[in-house]
Amino acid sequence: MKKFAAWAILLLGVTYFVLPLIGMTEFSLSMRRGEYSFDAYAKVLADPQFRQTFGYSVIMSLMTIAVGVLLVVPTAFWVQLRLPQIRPLIEFITLLPLVIPAIVTVFGYIRLYNTSSWLPLTGSLWGTNFLLLMGYSTLSLPYMYRAVDTGLRAIDVRTLTEAAQSLGAGWVLILARVIMPNVLVAVLSGAFVTFAIVMGEFTMAALLNRPAFGPYLQLMGANKAYEPFALAVIAFAITWACMGLFQLVTRFSKHTKAAG
Amino acid sequence: MSFLTIENLEKSFGANRVVKDFDLSVEKGEFISLLGPSGCGKTTVLRMVAGFETPSSGIIRIDGQEVVRLKPNQRNIGMVFQAYALFPNLTVAQNVGFGLKVKGTPKSEIDTRVAEMLDLIGLSDLGGRYPFQLSGGQQQRVALARALAPRPQVLLLDEPLSALDAKIRVSLRNEIREIQRRLGITTIFVTHDQEEALSMSDRVVVMHEGIADQVGTPFEIYNAPATRFVANFVGTLNTLEARVLDPASGRVTLGQTEIALNRPLPGPTATLGLRPEMVSLGRGTHDTALSGTITEVDFLGSVIRLRADLGGQSLAFDTFNTNRIAPPKVGDRVELGIDAGDLLVIEG
Repeated sequence: MKKFAAWAILLLGVTYFVLPLIGMTEFSLSMRRGEYSFDAYAKVLADPQFRQTFGYSVIMSLMTIAVGVLLVVPTAFWVQLRLPQIRPLIEFITLLPLVIPAIVTVFGYIRLYNTSSWLPLTGSLWGTNFLLLMGYSTLSLPYMYRAVDTGLRAIDVRTLTEAAQSLGAGWVLILARVIMPNVLVAVLSGAFVTFAIVMGEFTMAALLNRPAFGPYLQLMGANKAYEPFALAVIAFAITWACMGLFQLVTRFSKHTKAAG
Repeated sequence: MSFLTIENLEKSFGANRVVKDFDLSVEKGEFISLLGPSGCGKTTVLRMVAGFETPSSGIIRIDGQEVVRLKPNQRNIGMVFQAYALFPNLTVAQNVGFGLKVKGTPKSEIDTRVAEMLDLIGLSDLGGRYPFQLSGGQQQRVALARALAPRPQVLLLDEPLSALDAKIRVSLRNEIREIQRRLGITTIFVTHDQEEALSMSDRVVVMHEGIADQVGTPFEIYNAPATRFVANFVGTLNTLEARVLDPASGRVTLGQTEIALNRPLPGPTATLGLRPEMVSLGRGTHDTALSGTITEVDFLGSVIRLRADLGGQSLAFDTFNTNRIAPPKVGDRVELGIDAGDLLVIEG
């Protein structure tokens, strides 16, 4: 009886999540009257604006991941190694982007870095892209920091660092050859979440007027019937591909097999 | 001049002085153990030599060079940790070759040295394995090979056997000592296990509350402890209160027995120490006989540990098990033989 109840709950949960997806996919395939087709997908993929915004967001995602890794890994490493007493403060700071809405952050940016300010970043494309990159990095901070911190806690950072030091290694070498490879799976999990966040982000990109995928999704949603659903399915596929890739990396990471 | 010299070393964490006025001279090729209970400062001393802690004051010299200002990666010191600390992402061979790679040694030279080190620890076939594929003992041997590969000036061992089971511990400690002798490398070994310290070391430093209570050979430490702490910490020791009859000649009474210690004693009473193995059941050839009542009998197999009451004072002693003579029972009156020369006068 207990087993039946468990299966029933699981089935209910799966139905709750899967049914809308099936509906969405079914609708995205119904552009041609009376039969299923990929017309909506073909239209979306042929749209030069799709390619431009998608490409822009992919590049921004990769750059955000790079900034996140360069910022978070050394910070989390140093906090763990030398400043464990400030961990609550760092955790509080990294949680702020979840509390402060993106719209507040971006208005702050515009106010601080507008064309009449001492650092007029919004006055140039390069500057605005840089602002957006920083915004994205801020948004991804809670996820990236937590992922890396969890990864670091799983290894004996202090002893590994001291062992490497006693063998003549300096800080850069320790981070690159000892710490990073051992938190790679954690970094990747943070990176994939970051990728998903940046690909779907609307507020910052729209208010800074950059050609990102988020505003394009909104634009299509407001003006077309079938194409937005095709786009939503594509976005889901990207997220799932990221998750699959993450699983693959975890599985093929030889030295982490012991934990499994 | 000694190869490694530590002078007036001090370390405080806030108001807590964990190492106090510590001095030590280690000769080239010597194996020294820092022995003491948890929190006595032995690991802190080791970490200061390695460069992981900065001394509050004092000098550390290795081969004549002052090293306190050098970073850990500039000291050319090999270290083995309790938790192995092998790099999980590298194979055994890559772990062993890590220090050489950091130094920029040519690959062919690294390969030769790694093979030599793996041969030294008897793991030549396991170079391609990852640390998680090895047992604890194998991991610690790899850690030793890794520390030795870059030819360090000094080898530091921070309780390297503590995480291993008893059998492996004994075989690995013999192996470590054998390798150390063969390479002639100056070694400092930190342990809280007196058996390890006594069996492996040329000299032992017994530490207590941040101070080196006694530095000596294992024989000196065991047989002539300099302080009450050393006497109690190293081995099992009976402490007996004696009444001094003649301070100048050292005549005392222990229970009902008068004993001539033939050395001056300070006060009206003296604390004497006696190792259990120095006491025999029956007077035999000993010069002094004590009489007592058996209060405890512990059968330990080859040895029987007994405890006797000597008129209010308790004395533990051991006797070998033999199937010809039954051990005494609780309540039996017995005569115990000791030599006055085996009694230690405990000071401090």
